[in-house]
Amino acid sequence: MVRVEFLGPIQKDALELEITNLNELAEILQKDKELSEWLQNSAVAVNDTMVSSLDVVLQDGDKISLLPPVCGG
Amino acid sequence: MLSLYDGALDVPKILKEWYDAEAQSNYGAYIPFVGTVRSEDGIDGLSFDIYEPILESWYEAWQKKAQERGAIIKMAHSRGDVMLHESSYIAAVFSPKRRVALEFIDEFVEDFKASAPIWKYDLIDGQRVYAKDRSTAIKGSGILGANQ
Repeated sequence: MVRVEFLGPIQKDALELEITNLNELAEILQKDKELSEWLQNSAVAVNDTMVSSLDVVLQDGDKISLLPPVCGG
Repeated sequence: MLSLYDGALDVPKILKEWYDAEAQSNYGAYIPFVGTVRSEDGIDGLSFDIYEPILESWYEAWQKKAQERGAIIKMAHSRGDVMLHESSYIAAVFSPKRRVALEFIDEFVEDFKASAPIWKYDLIDGQRVYAKDRSTAIKGSGILGANQ
């Protein structure tokens, strides 16, 4: 089971999913029409480390975070 | 030093604390940048969400870069609401000579704007409205989207 958290302005509760890689996550999230714009402009972190491709194997207990466009300061 | 505060920053106090902490450290330059909420577009203020685990690792990476140039950085940021003419952000560089500090504060604040996991909202008529048009997608965004 991995936990998926949607940060900042993405108004969506966290998900608990039985998936083993980020390609599976992409397939699941792309079915949610309300997320489509966020998926295009959000960065992804696995266990608080940013990732740049979907070639990431997930382990039980991993945490995935979606980070939408930022504006600090 | 990365410090997060609920609400507006006490600018004189923070600048003095940082100055006092490094007064005997033999740095020749102390360059602070203070960000203040301005009145524009009818806002009453701004509000911020922060994702702290990634902010901390982003900050540590910059602290390492600073140290490689003989400098140190300090940063303070607000969580939650900050009203007009209050401050939400202070960044500072201490370095032996001014040139490094002047260049570094620019690089650091630019990357802060583009990469630090902080989300800004306008406070308008009691509503918290995501500042979408002023926000920047973090490098590498979009990998979960269709057509990748």
